[in-house]
Amino acid sequence: MKIRTILTLVVLAIANAAISWWVGQQAYHWLPPQASAESKLVDELFSFLVTLGSFIFLCVTGAVLYTVAVHRVGRYDTSDGPPIEGNIPLEIVWTAIPIALVIWIAVYSQQIYEKMAVHGPMELVHLHNPIGIEAAYAAPMEAMSPPEEIEVHSRQWVWEFRYPGQDVTSTELHLPVDRRVKLALQTEDVIHGFYIPAFRLKQDIIPNKVIDFEFTPIREGKYRLRDSQYSGTYFAAMQTDVVVQSEADYQTWLAQAAKQTPVTAYNRAAAEYTRASEKRINAGWKTVPPAPAPIVNYAAEEGRA
Amino acid sequence: MTNVPIEAIANRTPQPLPGAPDNWKRFFTFSTDHKVIGIQYLVTSFTFFLVGGFFAMIIRGELVTPEADLVDRTIYNAMFTMHGTVMLFLWMFPSLVGLANYLVPLMIGARDMAFPRLNAIAFWMVPVAAILLMASFFAPGGPSQSGWWAYPPVSLQNPTGKLLNGQFLWLLAVAISGVSSIMGAVNFVTTIAKMRAPGMTLFRMPIYVWTVLSAQIIQLYGLPALTAGAVMLLMDLTFGTSFFDPAKGGNPVLYQHFFWFYSHPAVYVIILPIFGIFSEIFPVFARKPLFGYKIVAISSMTITFVSGIVWVHHMFASGTPPWMRIFFMFTTVFVAVPTGVKVFAWVATLWGGKLRLTTPMLFALGALIMFVFAGITGIMLATVPIDIHVNNTYFVVGHFHYVLFGTATMGMFAAIYHWFPKMTGRMYNEGLGQLHFWLTFVGTNLNFLPMHPLGLMGMPRRVASYDPEFAFWNVLASIGGFLLGMATLPFILNMVGSWVQGKKAPDNPWRAIGLEWMVSSPPPVENFEEIPVVVAEPYGYGKNEPLVAGDRAADLVTEPS
Repeated sequence: MKIRTILTLVVLAIANAAISWWVGQQAYHWLPPQASAESKLVDELFSFLVTLGSFIFLCVTGAVLYTVAVHRVGRYDTSDGPPIEGNIPLEIVWTAIPIALVIWIAVYSQQIYEKMAVHGPMELVHLHNPIGIEAAYAAPMEAMSPPEEIEVHSRQWVWEFRYPGQDVTSTELHLPVDRRVKLALQTEDVIHGFYIPAFRLKQDIIPNKVIDFEFTPIREGKYRLRDSQYSGTYFAAMQTDVVVQSEADYQTWLAQAAKQTPVTAYNRAAAEYTRASEKRINAGWKTVPPAPAPIVNYAAEEGRA
Repeated sequence: MTNVPIEAIANRTPQPLPGAPDNWKRFFTFSTDHKVIGIQYLVTSFTFFLVGGFFAMIIRGELVTPEADLVDRTIYNAMFTMHGTVMLFLWMFPSLVGLANYLVPLMIGARDMAFPRLNAIAFWMVPVAAILLMASFFAPGGPSQSGWWAYPPVSLQNPTGKLLNGQFLWLLAVAISGVSSIMGAVNFVTTIAKMRAPGMTLFRMPIYVWTVLSAQIIQLYGLPALTAGAVMLLMDLTFGTSFFDPAKGGNPVLYQHFFWFYSHPAVYVIILPIFGIFSEIFPVFARKPLFGYKIVAISSMTITFVSGIVWVHHMFASGTPPWMRIFFMFTTVFVAVPTGVKVFAWVATLWGGKLRLTTPMLFALGALIMFVFAGITGIMLATVPIDIHVNNTYFVVGHFHYVLFGTATMGMFAAIYHWFPKMTGRMYNEGLGQLHFWLTFVGTNLNFLPMHPLGLMGMPRRVASYDPEFAFWNVLASIGGFLLGMATLPFILNMVGSWVQGKKAPDNPWRAIGLEWMVSSPPPVENFEEIPVVVAEPYGYGKNEPLVAGDRAADLVTEPS
């Protein structure tokens, strides 16, 4: 190969790497705010994969577009191209490179996953992280207080949260900031998915099982909890707010909620179902009726007015 | 094993129904001619492509606004369920089987498939499944509304309580379609193994034949799992068994394993023949041999093997223990290796060639670029931490539409244009073809690219209503969706118009090398008067060597200088 060709390739590779790095940095902006310790880890991995992916995408499309632009044939040119059938060293190299890349990606992802330590189904809770892998929650908290335990009850199509220590029930999930939270996920009917995009966390809730799910909120604010596993007619309406508060605010909220007399919470699915059944003409097909609206100490703001 | 007494098979009984080979009525008969069956499959499946596309436009219409205001939620849920079902079971699979039916015997130098009657039966089961699916719109409670995965317990909730319901008909249709595909797979594998012309060794087969073989082997090992899963679910739904019903002690996650054990490899059943199409089209319009023929052939078989051990990546967020998540992450990313090898081989084939941007070439190039994009998002989805965030969001929807529309459907269009002159004996209209390409390419990206940011922001799939923050990208996607709907019009006009009054096509309009281009357009009923003897590897562009023994062949591959 000529020196000039090599130089051109090197310059192109550097330019591509620079563009890809920039795209990888942009990737952070495509995601919701980082509201949990786990979200930082996931975003780091995502940015890395976007950088790598951009580099490969630009290489391949660049080569294709270049050859399409340069190696076009005249209308009446019926000659053939050079009969090159392959190149063994090149083929070995381009098999080895993807192998190395995917192993790198998978090992890196596994490390991130173990740092997240979200537990999940069938995981032994007392299982320790392998030595040398620092857990995500170790950083924000020096002194480990026991995780806050909350029960999550899902049914068609409403979320209900129980705080067993304080005897509080709510349709809005309140969480203390910078403290490990341990949820016990359960469903009373079909499979639902517990998904908080700002936390980058998701777990299907399987009937007849209680699934432990752990994470650490690190940013105060209001986020959305959505059902992520299709659960029937009013699936899209099965959402609620997640409120992450300082420890003091959280304790105040718990104490106040415990004093409230239980009220029937607004439930979008039930409200829509009632409205539809009052109409004389049904515009849809027959559906599974929503579960009765939950009676809780604290009802989410949505639809309260 | 390449040579069997073909005469014994070829000189078989006449067709059950009489009809001249150029009589259009033969397409409405129980014909056993693989070419007739191929076109029957293609036309039937394209009809359902339009039906599935219509459902998609209702979905995109609903999603223009955040509220569920265009149709009732039950109707929306039925729409996405039927859109997925129709597009996969009535468009993607049958269209690919149709193309393979038409091409494989011609490409390997056979007079028909190994089991012509089985072939016809397999085809006629498709309209039966289709009618059942469409009839479910009139069933009590409407058609199935549990998504194309039909996960229990949602799919077992039968609000009408009637024995005959949409889910019942859906399961019946899927089971019938599964049996039909298994019949097809038996036929293809046997045909490719036993009916190749003399001299057509395995490493002289065109890559398209290799990919069909790889794909149909997946059908053989995978489809029984899905079909059995569907039958068990049907029994839970109708006869009160408790395989998957948690209320009676069944295990709903077991169904997910049955379902994905087939339905992930199914993606490779779809994409492998599309890779085969790329491997046929690029050499023809780059006038160069396929780069690294053997490694491309072997990589198809590697995908067949690896695709059998990746299914749990669809269940990373399900009731799946961590060790399983990690194991299946490693197997899944490995799929990128044989796939990457193919992509490099195509780029190297194009490199320095004599490129001619005909409609099939444009579609193949566009599909290749969108496939690279889909592959990159696919690797992201394979990693457990990212999948946990974007699983069941629009990121996944965007990813697989780049695969199934951007790559597979665009690749099918490339194939239809490429072999249209061979199938019909007419040339298509190049201007309309190019218009179709550009509308489709722009529409695809406009429709499916915005789904990626939506998924990253956290919009779940299958929702009829969504939070207002998602509105912007949804409007863009809907505009793209309607553009794609419009994009099919020039295609239909082109196909119908050209078939009726297009310019007569020569035997080999692309100066392509391959057995199918050595017979007349359209080919005679028995394909080859004399079975050719293959003497060379495929893709001998620029090599000036004959493909088959005898003078006739040498003339065809010699360059007119």
